Amino acid sequence: MDESSHANITVALAGNPNAGKTTLFNFLTGLNQKIANYPGVTVERKAGVWKIGDITASLIDLPGLYSLETTSLDESIARDVLTGDVEGIPRPDAIVAVVDATNLERNLYLVTQLFEFGIPVVVALTMIDVFEKQKHQIDVGKLSELLHAPVVEINVKSGRGKSELVESVGKIVGSKPKVPFVAEADGENGNGNGKIFARYNFISDVVQRSVKHNDRDAHQLSEKIDRVLTHKFFGLVILVAVLLIVFQTIFSWATLPMDLLEKGFGGLGDLVKSQMSEGILTDLLVDGIIAGVGGIMIFLPQILLLFLFISVLEDTGYLARAAFLLDKLMSRVGLHGKAFLPLMSSFACAIPGIMATRTIEDRRDRFATILIAPLMSCSARLPVYALMIAAFFAGQTVFGFLSLGAVIMLAMYLLGILAAIVVAFVLKRTILKARPAPFVMELPPYRLPNIRTIVQNMLTRAWLFVKRAGTVILAISIVLWALMYFPRSTAEPPAIADSSTQQFPADTATTDLVPESQQLQNSYAGMLGHVIEPVIRPLGFDWKIGVALIASFAAREVLVSTLSIIYNVGKDENEESETLISAIRNAKKPDGSVVWTPLTAVTLMVFFVLAMQCMSTVAVVRRETNSWAWTLFMVGYMTVLAYAAAFVTYQGGKLLGFS
Amino acid sequence: MSEVKTMNLSNIPAGVHAKVTAVNGDGFITRRLMEMGVVPGVSVRMVKSAPFGDPVEVRLLGYSLAIRKNEAEAIEVEL
Repeated sequence: MDESSHANITVALAGNPNAGKTTLFNFLTGLNQKIANYPGVTVERKAGVWKIGDITASLIDLPGLYSLETTSLDESIARDVLTGDVEGIPRPDAIVAVVDATNLERNLYLVTQLFEFGIPVVVALTMIDVFEKQKHQIDVGKLSELLHAPVVEINVKSGRGKSELVESVGKIVGSKPKVPFVAEADGENGNGNGKIFARYNFISDVVQRSVKHNDRDAHQLSEKIDRVLTHKFFGLVILVAVLLIVFQTIFSWATLPMDLLEKGFGGLGDLVKSQMSEGILTDLLVDGIIAGVGGIMIFLPQILLLFLFISVLEDTGYLARAAFLLDKLMSRVGLHGKAFLPLMSSFACAIPGIMATRTIEDRRDRFATILIAPLMSCSARLPVYALMIAAFFAGQTVFGFLSLGAVIMLAMYLLGILAAIVVAFVLKRTILKARPAPFVMELPPYRLPNIRTIVQNMLTRAWLFVKRAGTVILAISIVLWALMYFPRSTAEPPAIADSSTQQFPADTATTDLVPESQQLQNSYAGMLGHVIEPVIRPLGFDWKIGVALIASFAAREVLVSTLSIIYNVGKDENEESETLISAIRNAKKPDGSVVWTPLTAVTLMVFFVLAMQCMSTVAVVRRETNSWAWTLFMVGYMTVLAYAAAFVTYQGGKLLGFS
Repeated sequence: MSEVKTMNLSNIPAGVHAKVTAVNGDGFITRRLMEMGVVPGVSVRMVKSAPFGDPVEVRLLGYSLAIRKNEAEAIEVEL
């Protein structure tokens, strides 16, 4: 549905980043808003319904902009909206220009450009409370007169200015805009920057005549806070501490809701099973859809928490400081300072991490970050690491006191980071080579975050995750289930096949083929497992691991449940289960040798660190890069890297005498 | 003390005020810097440099801007 189809008029909301644009947008539209992408690009298009008396306006929230003349994606989209060149959005009838009163000159720069589109402009003056607190004075009438445009002071907290803004926009729609000033292009030998200079001269004159600034260079609160937070030593210590707290919280707070969701989906599956008659439809619902979609939905609490922290860090202004502190370190491998948070987020889940790369303006810097984000060990790899370590390295120590399992776990995280550094280094010197992108970044004043904006942001993100990742996962789950379910083995008596609660002693699992594993062997998935067996044999994997590997390309944690089915211990057992662990330890090849050795386990973990086994991530990368070529490149390089590293691990390990 | 010293912004010590006299170059960076308000005549103050010496924070027009030393070298100032 086109949000503008039932609206009488269209109003564009334009302003600098950090000028309070999002807060004003939420203030004017409430929950009446929609997020989509502009056609063909990944710039977010946010629109909401704004009631202006009995007129219904479609309020278009343009991306945060410093200018309309340089070449960034955001700026060209904004330009297209204002000229009416975006499909589905009528040319705006009015522009509300959001201007931060405490940062007047630079904010007015964009306004001088907005005047040139021939659309009536209303200036919404935000942060007016802070401005007055700093004892500056502004003559709004004079400012309005000099700009030839209405100026409305806004305070979202007290509601001040809302009705005046409605009135001003209502009045101005349809009127012929008056342009206060036209920036002359400079002469033949000018580089075009004369226009910028002329605009700032005009602004300087306007501000001098309408504003009385108190001492602007007074050491303000933000600068005092920064004496600690961007301190050469303590700044870094605090940054590390903040990150530790964030990730510790994401892991610990999310555990309870994740367990509840897991139990909820398990209970739902049982309920459906008990209420419906046995048959293919029930199997599809329970084993395919509920298990598959539920397996992904349990990550929702982590994603919500992650976005809560990202929003808070961003809205308070701390995120810009983190980029400032780390830019030098990151630039050594060719990454932008702003890549830091997306990469940290990817330790929880690559999907929000990749979405967070939107703050990086330079396309090459952003793509390099997207391409390495999935190398960070996300929470879906944890069950795999946990299973392998529990099966082969439990209770062992190194140097007599360090748990071998913890050391291996840490090594896997470090391997991912090391791979990311190397890949970024290579990418930025080859296909993503460019002169270092300029680092010109505002350090916004520290502000208390607006709770409403944060909650709204979290809900929007959560819904996008549920909707988009959910549809992909649903499709994959059905396909995967079908591959394991068909063709049906004729020898199988259906009554036994469906009694998944039946317990099989682990050691008989390998000797007596019971129906479900026979079903698997003869299924399409089983056939695929046999087909790829020659490819994975050099890694020490047999066809059954092959089936689990194929399945885990949908989502990594699927490996554990697939291995459970394969080794006949029932797919409801989780990775801690003794039976699955002993089944893995005892699994034998046809010649009687063991399938799994500690070396196989390490090889599998190495493969999981580096391989792109997550359909949701693939879908998100496709959406964010808007390119199948880059998406396939990422899948390709990660698969090659994973295979090569696993090959070296297994063959090298064998040469060194490990088994 | 009447002598006017011209230098580039990357050489200004922390805490010192200066006035922008020119922004050199004509590429994207120059343009971006000027759009952010770094235009001749504007007063700037060097606030500090980041832990590894780069980037630097400067204050102008009532706000704080972080730029790399590379960019700061293109900005001519007088004390």
